[in-house]
Amino acid sequence: MTDAALPEPTLLARSLRVLSGNRTGALGFVLVALIVGSAILAPWIVPYDPAAIMVGPRMAPPSAEHWLGTDNIGRDIFSRVIAGGRIAMLVAAASLSAALTAGLALGLVAGLGPRWLDNLLLLILDALRSFPVIVFGLAVVTILGPSLFTVVLVVTITSVPIYARIVRTQTLALKNAEFILAERAMGVGMPRLLFIHVLPNVLGPLLILASMDVPLVIATEAGLSFLGMGVRPPTPSWGVILNDGYNFIRNSPWPVIGGSVPIILVTLGFTFMGEALRDIFDPKLRKGG
Amino acid sequence: MLFYTAQRLVLSVVIVMVAVSILTLMLHVVPGDPAVMILGPRATPELIERTREAMGLDRPLPVQVAMFFANILRGDLGQDVFTGRAVSQIVLEQLPYTMILISVAILWSAACGIALGAYSALRRNTWLDTLSGVVSVGTISIPAFVMALYSVLIFAVWLGWLPAIGAGDGFWDGITHLILPAFAIGVAWVGYVSRIVRASMLEVMTQPHVRMARAFGLPERRITRSHILKIAVLPAVTLIGTGVAHLFSAAVFVEVIFARPGIGALLVGAVNERNYPIVLGAVLITTGIIVLATLISDLVVALLDPRQREEF
Repeated sequence: MTDAALPEPTLLARSLRVLSGNRTGALGFVLVALIVGSAILAPWIVPYDPAAIMVGPRMAPPSAEHWLGTDNIGRDIFSRVIAGGRIAMLVAAASLSAALTAGLALGLVAGLGPRWLDNLLLLILDALRSFPVIVFGLAVVTILGPSLFTVVLVVTITSVPIYARIVRTQTLALKNAEFILAERAMGVGMPRLLFIHVLPNVLGPLLILASMDVPLVIATEAGLSFLGMGVRPPTPSWGVILNDGYNFIRNSPWPVIGGSVPIILVTLGFTFMGEALRDIFDPKLRKGG
Repeated sequence: MLFYTAQRLVLSVVIVMVAVSILTLMLHVVPGDPAVMILGPRATPELIERTREAMGLDRPLPVQVAMFFANILRGDLGQDVFTGRAVSQIVLEQLPYTMILISVAILWSAACGIALGAYSALRRNTWLDTLSGVVSVGTISIPAFVMALYSVLIFAVWLGWLPAIGAGDGFWDGITHLILPAFAIGVAWVGYVSRIVRASMLEVMTQPHVRMARAFGLPERRITRSHILKIAVLPAVTLIGTGVAHLFSAAVFVEVIFARPGIGALLVGAVNERNYPIVLGAVLITTGIIVLATLISDLVVALLDPRQREEF
């Protein structure tokens, strides 16, 4: 228990204190800000049209005009990488918000609903979790065809089980807590209970988990697009750039390097940020050493 | 232990059944004729009719699912849409390549990861511990298919040390062809395993039974080996058991990038020609293997650490 005489530090103060002692966390925030910023501003900061061919020589190494060189049909790789970031962030935002919403709903239903419904949902969630993401994704692509929507759907379905499980566990733990029973005895309705007590308790861990899931989502999008089963070629996705790079890997390494470095930076950025967020919002979880 | 095993086994079978149902039902959730959907725009009316009949798509839905289960129990996974060959045969032909790839990747990465993790825990806060931490985070941050591309770029294109295409002929050639793919899949797992072994070793080291062993005057090496490491590797076993799913995903990319035969390459080919029976068969087999791997790792953990059993 903390000393009651000490005032609770504000969120901002706590954030600053955690970050000042945590260089990787600060680096994470900077990386994420850079990537999200460049994704939002992509149309204004690309030096060339990412889809325009022959804006330079073919497969040129990096130069002052083309920062990451050019690809096999003379497109500017730097512009394509920035535009690809926009696609990656779009997929991450869309699928993670869908997965969070669905996970929240399913978890609450499983936690509060009758026993048989809980068991049934758990079984379905476990079954979904036993599919390898890419293998399941390929099965869905066979049915729906490759598109941005399919990628979002695949990522959503495969991420829901983890979120739903966390919400369910939290809900079950709270369901019989004394303060909840007391409020119910006083006639407080279920929706209000959920909104005021359950939701704030699960939202923190969920958001931290979601932030750490971003790299997984982006790797899945890039992976499916790499296989030609995600975002289709004229649209510049990191996976599409990598596929071009793979096809001409003996001629030029730059498309592979250009397409892969942002994926690695995104992973580092969101992982470090997620860890820092965990320290800020849940100091109890923080482990020494 | 027997009861626990039986319980887990039944649960695993049920999970595979639910997974299969999800895959079969998925075809019907989307509006339109499933046969047309499977075959795509190239379908001829004759092919559509043949597929519909072969897959039983003209029967009522519950009958279809029941039929599918009955067929699976007989070892019948349906036929290839184009050649009419048995899917089970096609999948089983490709399975050994993937299993060898995944097993080699698990073995080398677990061995390195456990050694590295144990060493960092024993030499905590030395430069080696810091270095292994940085390397682990670095390798974890690189997806397997990116790692595979860099392996090709560095070791095959630039240095020309190792072959990057196919599975090779004969034993030695097969091994040289296996090195890069197994490296690409396994390298991230060195990071995962070493981190988790390090953390769990640090935890186990402070437990009373270790202090007890020390008080009895057991040699430090023996305490480390049989009192600390034996318990500290358990989380790594669970991690690898649940990680088999990720290894299969990684194998899909690695098989495509290195042009190796295997389940992943089969799957990608089948998706490209919209051969749903093969896709279904391949997904079914991999899901079965994954559930089995999780089961085995749970049982191994329960066997080595009886405390875990009581939770179930």
